[in-house]
Amino acid sequence: MVHFGNLKPKKGKIHIEKDMCKGCAFCVEYCPKDVLELSEEFNVKGYHPPVVIKEDDCLYCQLCETICPEFAIFVTLKEEEEEGEKGESRP
Amino acid sequence: MKKDNPTKKQNPITDLLRMDRIPHIWCPGCGIGTVLTSFAEALRKSEIDLDKVAVLSGIGCTGRVAGYVKMDSIHTTHGRAVPVATGVKLANPEMKVVVFSGDGDISGIGGNHFIHAARRNMDIMIICVNNFNYAMTGGQVAATTPKGANASTAPYGNFEYSFNLPYLAEASGATYVARWTALHLRRVTKSIQEALGKRGFSFIEVITPCVTLYARRNRLGDGLNLLKYYHEKSEIQHGADTRTVDISYQGKLIVGKFVDIDKPTFLDCMNEHLGKVLGDKYQPYGVNND
Amino acid sequence: MKKVKADPKGVLSGSHYLDGDYAIAEGGLAAGCRFFAGYPITPSTETAERFSERIPSVGGVFIQMEDELASIAALIGAVWGGKKSMTVTSGPGFSLMMENIGLACMMETPLVIANVQRGGPSTGLPTLTGQQDMMQVRWGSHGDYKIIALSPDSPQECFDLTIEAFNLSEIYRVPTFVMTDECVGHMHEKVVIPPAEEIELVERKWYTGPKDQYLPYKNDKDMIPFMIKIGDGYRFHTTGLTHDERGYPVINAECQDVCVRHLNDKITMNADKIIRLEEDEIDNAEIIVISYGITSRVTTRAVRQARKAGIKVGTIRLITVWPFPEKRINELAKKVKAFVVPEINYGQMVLEVERCAAGQTPTVHVPHCGGWVHDPDDILKAIKEAAK
Repeated sequence: MVHFGNLKPKKGKIHIEKDMCKGCAFCVEYCPKDVLELSEEFNVKGYHPPVVIKEDDCLYCQLCETICPEFAIFVTLKEEEEEGEKGESRP
Repeated sequence: MKKDNPTKKQNPITDLLRMDRIPHIWCPGCGIGTVLTSFAEALRKSEIDLDKVAVLSGIGCTGRVAGYVKMDSIHTTHGRAVPVATGVKLANPEMKVVVFSGDGDISGIGGNHFIHAARRNMDIMIICVNNFNYAMTGGQVAATTPKGANASTAPYGNFEYSFNLPYLAEASGATYVARWTALHLRRVTKSIQEALGKRGFSFIEVITPCVTLYARRNRLGDGLNLLKYYHEKSEIQHGADTRTVDISYQGKLIVGKFVDIDKPTFLDCMNEHLGKVLGDKYQPYGVNND
Repeated sequence: MKKVKADPKGVLSGSHYLDGDYAIAEGGLAAGCRFFAGYPITPSTETAERFSERIPSVGGVFIQMEDELASIAALIGAVWGGKKSMTVTSGPGFSLMMENIGLACMMETPLVIANVQRGGPSTGLPTLTGQQDMMQVRWGSHGDYKIIALSPDSPQECFDLTIEAFNLSEIYRVPTFVMTDECVGHMHEKVVIPPAEEIELVERKWYTGPKDQYLPYKNDKDMIPFMIKIGDGYRFHTTGLTHDERGYPVINAECQDVCVRHLNDKITMNADKIIRLEEDEIDNAEIIVISYGITSRVTTRAVRQARKAGIKVGTIRLITVWPFPEKRINELAKKVKAFVVPEINYGQMVLEVERCAAGQTPTVHVPHCGGWVHDPDDILKAIKEAAK
């Protein structure tokens, strides 16, 4: 039996630039943990941008960041932020 | 929320883009932005000196990529990005030269340049975003439109055979050939990374949704529907015989890395041959940097 | 404008017996051309052959491209990559190059194209002479732009004017053309190539300011923007689309106005500095024969005979064909009885002469549809007719 000790899954924080979104919903559909959903509100362009509904479930896979054709969404690593501002928090 | 200050944070891709030109012109659900993100990620991961990367595009939707990347970039004429890239590479062999363009640009109007650059094993990388039609001009039939699909200049359906681009690239002499869909984000990134690390002519085809034209004319739904099609019908077959990777209308998409070989590039061959024939009279060209 | 001496590596100093095509290649090498991309086409191929033979030991690259579309495209890439570059072609290939000649103009790319003209249209007379691309060189690509074109009348001048073409293209950041023809291209004569230190070249207008302030299309005082090369860390953008100072596309009428006026005005406003003419016995002339290239050599005989017959004939040889010497022709039109314009086509530069004469004096055209040079008697006849 393999023990991973106190290895914890990573946690991500999702940042959404609402007004850059064109509402394609790629991020919502392909988030493996269903963290996002399209909001009811409209952005300045008249699209429904995504909102984070289950932030605690985000595992920092950054798939939403890469799939977004509008560069409107990105993820930072949560623990590091909590430990203090370490600047760039990418692996 | 805690000491969170979103205004301070930035999407890491913004370092690689001319943010004063964003938002881009691409339609909602278009996958070019996704491929561009994969490209940016590959550049970041490969830790390449961005001053030594040149991005060239032709004309068309994907042709606009050169205008968005914050690197030396030339937006050339329709189909001519490959020969312009050849000139850049030969004038300045230390550059990593990337042609980022569409299927019409690369295989339609620029088809001849494409096969000849591959034949010479010119050390350039081609990222070909294939959306199965001429999108910028309104969804006309292309050399890549699958038989049976509708297009604005094939209103009764396309009855021409289409190009099998990986087969064309391999047959012409490419040393790296891969095909993915826009949904294979990580794999696209990895392929671009691999190609960046290689010398020689590399070709990466990325099947990408065109919602406004190709999907609409064929009643295929929106971007999500196309991604779902990619998800359901893609089959990864690394090393597949490129003769077998034809694409039929809404049929199976064989993806993967098909070719990854090494052979001397144009400049390698030139230097080796002229050095042999001319002896001391010949000073190897661009050899320190290449 | 920074002047430098030629790199001795490319200069084949001495007295040679060369044809015009070879002299163009030697001129290019002496001018510092280190990238040549071309496609074989009669009667220009010898230039490419000469380049392919000479350039490896000079430290440059020769590449035979898949067609002329690719040749000029590769040139543009190489110039932005930092090399001085040229190509050579003839009628059909010239037609194919038109697309990217427009791109080179739009991106203000300095490069040199030699056109060894043959008879057209279409495949026409591959092995026989013509001067039939004189309007195409000016107007062939779509949109409004201006270029510089020179016309040598001897192998020696093929050498000299190719160097001058490089200098002009660098000064004004514009494609510059050496419009010769099959006769001059295949004519063998003595060509004297001076020592490298006697050849004066214009260096590219390199930008040297702070990197983050570089704007690829911001005009300097002399209207010409500074240039950089790919790989120097400027991370610049250039495009064939209508663009602003940053090189970013701006698709509207205002930007188009600025952009297109600039491309044209930089040549028009410097026309006096660019234009070179060879004038002979103009002062008291009644008739002026205007010619260029090989035709000016044929004209010499006709003019000599006309003068013997007592007609006061002056000549103008257009060394610079474009920009056209509008002012000079207009000025002379007030004084002379007629202009006579022989050329190996069915009426091209004569239209310019006529336009600039502006009805002040008649213009007599002596056409020749190509395949051979004029019979001097035909020109003489036209002079006599005009002098009546």
